Amino acid sequence: MTDYIMKRFLGFVKKEFLHIFRDFRTLIILFGIPTAQILIFGFVVSTDIRDARVAILDLSKDEVTQKISDKICSSGFFRRAGDLENYDDIDRVMKKGKVKAVVVFGTNFGHNLISQNKATVSIIADGSEPNTATLITNYMTAIITDFSREFAGSSLSSNLLVQPEVRMFYNPEMKGHFMFVPGVITLILTLICALMTSVTITKEKEFGTMEVLLVSPLKPLQIILGKVTPYFLLSFINVIFILLLSFFVFDLPVKGSLVLLLAESMLYILMSLSFGILISAVSKTIQQAIFISFLGLMLPTILLSGFIFPIENMPEAYNWVSAVFPPRYFIVIIKSIMIKGTSFLYVWKETLILTIMTTLFIGLSVKNFKVRLQ
Amino acid sequence: MRTILYLIRKEFLQIFRDKFLSKAIIGVPIVQMLLLVPAITFEIKNVRLCVIDRDISADSRALINQLEGSTFFKIKYSTFSEEEANDLMHRNLCDVVLQIPSEFGKNVGTGKPGKVLATINAINATTAQLSWAYLNGVLRDYNMNILLENAGNMAVSSIPQIDITNRYWYNEMLNYKYYMLPGVLGILVTAIGFLLAGLNLVKEKEVGTIEQINVTPVRKYQFIIAKMVPFLIIGLVDLSLGLIIGKIIFNIPFEGSVGLLFLGSAIFLVAVLGLALFISTFSSTQQQYMFIAFFFMIIFILMSGIFTPLESMPVWAQRFDIINPMAYLMRINRMVMLKGSTFSDISHEIYALMIIAIGFTALAVNRYRKTA
Repeated sequence: MTDYIMKRFLGFVKKEFLHIFRDFRTLIILFGIPTAQILIFGFVVSTDIRDARVAILDLSKDEVTQKISDKICSSGFFRRAGDLENYDDIDRVMKKGKVKAVVVFGTNFGHNLISQNKATVSIIADGSEPNTATLITNYMTAIITDFSREFAGSSLSSNLLVQPEVRMFYNPEMKGHFMFVPGVITLILTLICALMTSVTITKEKEFGTMEVLLVSPLKPLQIILGKVTPYFLLSFINVIFILLLSFFVFDLPVKGSLVLLLAESMLYILMSLSFGILISAVSKTIQQAIFISFLGLMLPTILLSGFIFPIENMPEAYNWVSAVFPPRYFIVIIKSIMIKGTSFLYVWKETLILTIMTTLFIGLSVKNFKVRLQ
Repeated sequence: MRTILYLIRKEFLQIFRDKFLSKAIIGVPIVQMLLLVPAITFEIKNVRLCVIDRDISADSRALINQLEGSTFFKIKYSTFSEEEANDLMHRNLCDVVLQIPSEFGKNVGTGKPGKVLATINAINATTAQLSWAYLNGVLRDYNMNILLENAGNMAVSSIPQIDITNRYWYNEMLNYKYYMLPGVLGILVTAIGFLLAGLNLVKEKEVGTIEQINVTPVRKYQFIIAKMVPFLIIGLVDLSLGLIIGKIIFNIPFEGSVGLLFLGSAIFLVAVLGLALFISTFSSTQQQYMFIAFFFMIIFILMSGIFTPLESMPVWAQRFDIINPMAYLMRINRMVMLKGSTFSDISHEIYALMIIAIGFTALAVNRYRKTA
């Protein structure tokens, strides 16, 4: 008897698989999205600055200012985008967005430095991009301070000073992908799982084919499980695919236990799928389901989970706001296992929270799932 | 013209018949703006510090005090065991471990440089870099104090020094909300238009109602325009809502002309909707469209300079941005709102967007087949 039920269920799963594989384009995109994201984050975007365009307003035009300007522009961080003649030009070039910063040397800069031991340079940065502006002023200050030390020569005994040494832990080469690979895995699993399940179930409801399924000998639970199983496998393959990609393209191995990481991924996939089922229980049309899972999840997942912007820097209340977003916990789990190489003891709390959330979502969707249509 | 107006009316009726969607179109952007804009910041306030002070001298204490006095650092833990400090970092309880060696106090001021070792959690390279820069800043101040003590004022003033002053224009306090609001608003408006417009057309195909339009004498361009206009209006309404929230709640400065901002956004929306309709002409199911749309949006958003500076991208990627409408929108939004740029400042962006808008719309009209 149980054999018979199992066979029926497997037949249904097979049908769902055929549905998915028939739509080859979607399947390609399913793997195309993580690939594109990984490659963009790895090779295209970076929060650091490189070749930032700066202009120089040099009112004294002497040897010293020339040297400082050359030093700034040959550092690799900055590119000289032009020389200005007067203060009014600053606003003009900044408003066009042509330069990110202007270095201003006052009149008699070199003369003052030599005769009065003091000269002033100001850095005017475009504050409409605060992160870039901070980095630009930091780098420029370092370059000019360096020059100042060289210029002062032996008169400044630098060995009097406290010298800091730094060790960049976990990520000695300061590569961006240590942060975005966990982020991309989380984003992909959250969005794709929720989108796929909610859309596929809602579609049956909207087109009326759910009725056909409901009158079949399959139990509602079997129908849901049958719909979700193929996506569970696909998402799992997607995780492995992303891990392989990050290993071969970025040389980023899983430092901790791979088995643990995969098990945690399964838990998270399960959570996202059950969230998708819950969405399908409350939405009537595909458009509603997409609207909720795409628009409702995309930005919060990217911005509130610690993917790009650290939660510690957010206002105090956001510690609590982000606590209800599951991605936050999963990112911590992947970072710990994959990059820090820590054991289960370090992530049990996050795992427990995700387990509770999964149970909650499953419970809610079972309760909300209507066996009969109106 | 009358045909188009009737078609537009039909579209509006259809959109607003869905009670849930008509609420979500207005509600989702408002909630997300209120929720997300205050959250996103790279600004570092509380770098959690764990100090291993092996020296316990007056000098090491002075350094610790100086760190504690700065606004960036919070000394959370103090220990003598490196293992414990590592464990704290593993548990994500501290961001920086600062080790002061036992010789520190003796060495300071004797000519031998006192060394301190900072271990920074660098998984997030950006914040690690900023923490390191701030730590250096504090140490620079500390060094200055030592210099003053050891050499006296006279000696210091005889060393040629360059004074560096920083000014941040257009956003003096480097308020991240000013930076992020135009970005988040741009993403929301794009996502809503891109999704709804495309899904709307694909749904007609999937359900089969498109046949009913196809057998009427409605022209191809009329059909595409009628599919576009409602979502253009919805997008502009969402934009206005977002701007009102920005003005009232976040107090975003409006340096430039609001009309110019709307002009830029309207052209941008036509471009995005044109692309959406173009994609929808070769998608057969809503699911398919959604994934293709997701794919394009992710690329457009990530490469638009919303979160990261454009100049840091390789040259080929900067060239790609020539056809990325989001990149133009970001520039226009930030320039007009924060810097008060005028039409002549952003004319290049406006014209480029116009060409993209015309191009995508023409493609959509051209690809749309009235015969199945």
